[in-house]
Amino acid sequence: MGKRVLLIEDEPNIIQAISFILAQDGWRVDTHADGKTALAEVARRNPDVVILDVMLPNRSGFEILQDLRADPGTADLPVLMLTARGQKKDREMAERFGASRFMTKPFSNAEVLSAVRDLVGT
Amino acid sequence: MPATTLIGSRIRERRLTLGIKQSVLAQTVEISPAYLNLIEHNKRRIGGKLLVSLGRALDIDPTQLAEGAEATVLAALRDAAARAEDIAVEIDRVEEFAGQFSGWAELVVMQRRQIAVLEHTVETLNDRLAHDPHLAASLHDLLSSVTAINSTASILVDTQDIAGEWRDRFHRNLAEDSTRLAEGAQALVRYLDEVSDTELGTSTPQDEVELWLEARGYHLSELERALPSGPETVLRGATQIKSTAAKDLAARYLVRYRADAAKMPLGAFSSAAAEAGFDPLRLTEMFSSDPAAVMRRIASLPQDDGQLRLGLVSCDGSGTLIFRKPPDGFSMPRVGAACPLWPLYQALSRPMVPIRALVELAGREAQRFLTYAVAQPQAGAGFDAPPVFEATMLILPAERVDVPDLPVQRIGSTCRICPRAKCDVRREPSVLAAPA
Repeated sequence: MGKRVLLIEDEPNIIQAISFILAQDGWRVDTHADGKTALAEVARRNPDVVILDVMLPNRSGFEILQDLRADPGTADLPVLMLTARGQKKDREMAERFGASRFMTKPFSNAEVLSAVRDLVGT
Repeated sequence: MPATTLIGSRIRERRLTLGIKQSVLAQTVEISPAYLNLIEHNKRRIGGKLLVSLGRALDIDPTQLAEGAEATVLAALRDAAARAEDIAVEIDRVEEFAGQFSGWAELVVMQRRQIAVLEHTVETLNDRLAHDPHLAASLHDLLSSVTAINSTASILVDTQDIAGEWRDRFHRNLAEDSTRLAEGAQALVRYLDEVSDTELGTSTPQDEVELWLEARGYHLSELERALPSGPETVLRGATQIKSTAAKDLAARYLVRYRADAAKMPLGAFSSAAAEAGFDPLRLTEMFSSDPAAVMRRIASLPQDDGQLRLGLVSCDGSGTLIFRKPPDGFSMPRVGAACPLWPLYQALSRPMVPIRALVELAGREAQRFLTYAVAQPQAGAGFDAPPVFEATMLILPAERVDVPDLPVQRIGSTCRICPRAKCDVRREPSVLAAPA
């Protein structure tokens, strides 16, 4: 069975596109759209890598990332942050909160695939 | 008499521009040509009646010859030089430059002001891009649509033998996102179009209000009447006030002005102020008012011709200057912080304690001013709210008052252009001071 990825993103069409390409690449893809319950979903799914959007309803991706890093169980979980804001300060904030990688929208499918593979070491 | 280094140069320049012989001008103002020659070469100080006579003979407002205008120009030139970090400007020759090439000096000052306005506009735009929630949300929406379109289109192009169901789904998604992108872009353009140029800020709201007040001489006769005019009437024709924020500031200023005028009617106050030597505490007692209100009232008195102008400055609890009426010869920073030695800030650190200080402003010709300052709580303070104070400082040219026997405190305008060589509270290096 392939590695597991949890995609935390609220845009339905982005979810479908990314899910499709990851599934084509052999990944098991779970998705979740609500920031408030994202941590519980990580605990439930136990993914090998998380793709986390910054702008989520009810809770920001940065806050979720902070909590993931504060929990010893997820402190080293690979996290790819997605954001529409590509300024230096946003990148620095993502690094400071512990993002493994940072990608700005719009991104190419190849970039996402490459990043996810790198993070899991496949 | 007001000290000056440039009045003579300006007189000479004006005389030469008009093609008037020195002997003719001297005769017109009833002084000897030799004396006029000394004046024109800045070897004699003048002021008062002779300055007014020369102004009349040269068909120029005497205040334009007076030091007030020059000090402002010099400060503005020094500020422009301070910002040109890569250019070795001959700062020590600024007075000579301003005296001999007044037109060029005005051009530099005007362009520096334009640059400041543009910088403010850019900062406002940046701020808006960074912090406008509607703009941020709209841009995020657009980028999300573009991302979805980009990913979906790539899938359709790159995936061989894509299942019919997926192909149909992705085509639908493309159509949806394209529509969303188009609508989002149109809405964003509409939103940006609705932002007027004045909202973006051709100058700060405070600048707009102060420009208007400057044009009105800081005296609003419409509000001095028993039945005062409404704010709309007073502000009619105020072409300097364009932005909504400036209108709001001006409206608040008018309310306060009217309250002060009602409590201290012009006729009675004007006489009392002159008799009291503009002492705010004496006037506070006479009119049962508060010192800050009295200082504001003094600063709003109509300007006497030929007299040096009185000044007023206020700051909020953070030390930010919120009102500036610079007196003749006392330049105030247009942006950034003022000299920390101002009695204004001493008052802020000692709320409700009135402060009187004789200050000497750093410069080639040091000028003295008698200042009164006080910090009072801002309106709206309550038991459970943190105290917030507003400080006010009245600035009286020493020539206009009986100066009491007080030690002289040496102050500057703002650190960046202050010539004082050694100052323990200097905030940043000056382009003028020699290294300590």
